[in-house]
Amino acid sequence: MQNKYFRKKIIIYLITFFFAVTLNWLIPRFMPGDPMSLLMAKLHGLNEGKAALKSFFLDSFGLNKSFFEQYLDFWKALFTGDFGVSIYLYPKPVIEIISKAAIYDIVLLLPAVILSWIFGNKLGAISGVNKKIDNILMPIFYFLTSSPYFWFAVILVYVLGVVMGLFPINGAYSSTMLPSFSFSFIIDFFKHWILPFLSLFSVMLGGWAIGMRNMIIYEMGSNYSKYMEALGSSKKLIRKYAFRNAELPQVTGLALSLGTIIAGNLTTQIVFSYPGLGYTLLKAILNQDYFLVQGCFLFIIIGVLLANFLVDILYMFIDPRVRYSYSGEV
Amino acid sequence: MKKILTIVIIVLLSSVLLSQEFDRKTTFVAGGALWDVPSNWNPFVPWDAVSGTVGLVYETLFEYDTLNNSMKPFLAEDGKWISDNEYLLKLRKGIKWTDGVDFTSKDVYFTFDVGRKNEEAPISYVWKWLKEIKVIDNYTLKFIFSEPRYSEWNTMLYDQGIIPEHIWSKKTAEEVINTDNKNPIGTGSYKYEVATNDKMVWIRNDNWWGKDVFGKLPAPKRIVIPLIYSNNVALGMLMKGELDLSNFFLPGIPKVKSFYNLTTWYEGKPYMLPGDSATLYLNTHKKYLNNTDFRKAIAYAINRDMIIKNVFEYQSQKANPSGLLPIDSWMKYYNKEVNKKYGFDFNKEKAKSLLKKLGFKDINHDGFLEDKDGKKVSFEIIVPSGWTDWMEAIKIISKNLQDIGIKADAKFPDEGVYWDDLTKGDFDMAINNYGNEASSTPWTYWNSVMNYRINQDVVEDGNFGRYNNPKLFKMIKDFNTKKLGSTESYEIASLIEEEMLKNMPVIPLWFNGLWYQASSDYWTNWPTEKNPVGYPCSWSGYWSRGGIDMLLNLKPSNHEE
Repeated sequence: MQNKYFRKKIIIYLITFFFAVTLNWLIPRFMPGDPMSLLMAKLHGLNEGKAALKSFFLDSFGLNKSFFEQYLDFWKALFTGDFGVSIYLYPKPVIEIISKAAIYDIVLLLPAVILSWIFGNKLGAISGVNKKIDNILMPIFYFLTSSPYFWFAVILVYVLGVVMGLFPINGAYSSTMLPSFSFSFIIDFFKHWILPFLSLFSVMLGGWAIGMRNMIIYEMGSNYSKYMEALGSSKKLIRKYAFRNAELPQVTGLALSLGTIIAGNLTTQIVFSYPGLGYTLLKAILNQDYFLVQGCFLFIIIGVLLANFLVDILYMFIDPRVRYSYSGEV
Repeated sequence: MKKILTIVIIVLLSSVLLSQEFDRKTTFVAGGALWDVPSNWNPFVPWDAVSGTVGLVYETLFEYDTLNNSMKPFLAEDGKWISDNEYLLKLRKGIKWTDGVDFTSKDVYFTFDVGRKNEEAPISYVWKWLKEIKVIDNYTLKFIFSEPRYSEWNTMLYDQGIIPEHIWSKKTAEEVINTDNKNPIGTGSYKYEVATNDKMVWIRNDNWWGKDVFGKLPAPKRIVIPLIYSNNVALGMLMKGELDLSNFFLPGIPKVKSFYNLTTWYEGKPYMLPGDSATLYLNTHKKYLNNTDFRKAIAYAINRDMIIKNVFEYQSQKANPSGLLPIDSWMKYYNKEVNKKYGFDFNKEKAKSLLKKLGFKDINHDGFLEDKDGKKVSFEIIVPSGWTDWMEAIKIISKNLQDIGIKADAKFPDEGVYWDDLTKGDFDMAINNYGNEASSTPWTYWNSVMNYRINQDVVEDGNFGRYNNPKLFKMIKDFNTKKLGSTESYEIASLIEEEMLKNMPVIPLWFNGLWYQASSDYWTNWPTEKNPVGYPCSWSGYWSRGGIDMLLNLKPSNHEE
């Protein structure tokens, strides 16, 4: 019976993938302007030499073909794993740019999202059932979640980086270092990692905690809790049930956050000059680099779909109702 | 268990030894030249060839000393016009490519020949006016021109990096353009060491020919050019001494400079050398803007002193009426009388009276003028979003124009959209400076702001307002075909300035600074007004305009730690 559930889901995912990828191909091409003229702008001083170069690149990127041909070429290339060559970082292959940048997003965002989710839920749950703690924590959560990432990051840079001089403020490691698997590099990397991590972790923590707290309060006031209370169940048991119910929307939220991880967090990256896909994507969009934009979004699409798929599976374990509805037990 | 532990310890210890860290004291960290992941070292794809590709690796025939307006022999020992259309070039002997092969005439011949054989290479346009190159011997070449363009040739001598024939002749025509040319082999003072996602590292070539010629090597063993995403990060790094040289526009430098002991070119105002000339392009295909007096009214209405004070904190200078940068090579063609007679400056009353003469009146008393037919007059001024200094500047211009009754809204489209509007003629007013940077001849500036290639859908070479004046275009072309410094060249220059000021095709606004701040934590003897030992710029293309002199004259700070 569970096969039916998966088959249905997979078909839905495939259709979503097709439309998302098509839109992803289409939208950059509807942006006003074109990538070539922007590149030519940067060739100042060359004057007459530009025209020659422009025609070479229009040809080599296939941008002088018809729209439909370009679209077909795109799908063909996609199935052979060819994401094309970036226009503004010519002649670097898109896949190389993405894989080199994405590693920083993963190292920074994965711990930030997961740890903030775990701690946020814990603190939110505590706050939801304890009025006194709630009075202290709630203002902090609201402060954190409503601070813009860049603002919070700038404060951290200023206080911990510039005034106290505890942490470096830019890049993923010192500019006098090269990445290597060595002790001093790891320490250096970690030092550079802390501030961006803290800025993301703190802001996200506030959001998760508030969500959890509100859900707990709602669940504690729902009919089943009251019924259990009337039956004389212990507070602890009621809390346990409330928590399991409150957790569900949080899990969905986590999946979505994880899915978009690959896009990174643009503002944090810019404040710390931390490498990653967010900045690359921004530059790609500003330069109308169709191929790089496509590549980045493809990774985001795959990320979101994959995360959703995992959540669907996870739901079967954490929410028995889903399991029963597909196995026909209800 | 013990075994595992010893292995772990050995691995840890050995990795400590293997860790790659550059000695900070011999490393020169220069920011502002890298805005994207380094991905290209091909001198024929100049938009993203990493800074240093030309100048540090591929050297040019001459170095242009912007400060003294002189051409210094570099790869060339000597070069001169031996007749009106023949240029004789003598190369320096004893130069080797870093792979050990001798540098000779055939490399120079080959570099230019790429353009003759390959129409798609940017250098191909030279062959529209260059007839042939004769290799006389291993170190002498003769360039014979069908139509000598003295100004253009002059800039080519210090902008075109020379490539090794023995490596590039193996590439197909297509490869010449589409190779990323990682690890380029040049003759230069630096070699490719490594490029990561966040920086470019050049390492000194200790066998550089300049060691004997200049008596020394550049002091920095390594040049690290980090990728820095924003100005405030650069400022932070500069304050912490993580950056030696910064070529960013940093607001607030006049205030914080002494506090953090930063060096700028001038001790006080205007702090920076003039870098390029920012101009207001007016779309002459639009109603009203096609009228000379209307354009003049706009010129009179703009309070540029206010922009210099409020936006740039005096780090830029107000442009003179002609827009010619205050550098020797351009200023020697600046005709004072012409500029005085036809020039303009902030004068609200004059602007108003010009508009009145044209029949503009505020009929409905809303504070804005209507034209003779009672139609509303309104414009948009554009600069790219995120260019904060320019954004503030056009807000002031918008306000200035409002003061004389013209509605002109400041708009900030994305860079791509801005460029699209600009090149396709879909704008009213826009600020731009592409092609207006300091050079050895004012021709580059005139050829940019009043370029003649305007009769096409996309105008990419300047003159975005598509101002049409065949007489002026011819003068600019004539200037190019007269030897620099000749009597005729001065005459034509004055005529160009007069024609420009009489017609106001564009409005020169201000001279952007050559943004430069330096920290003395690791390096001293920085170039300044009182110590002009080089051109303090690490941007692509500037190494051969005096940037290399800065490197040659840097001295390590005495560190006591």
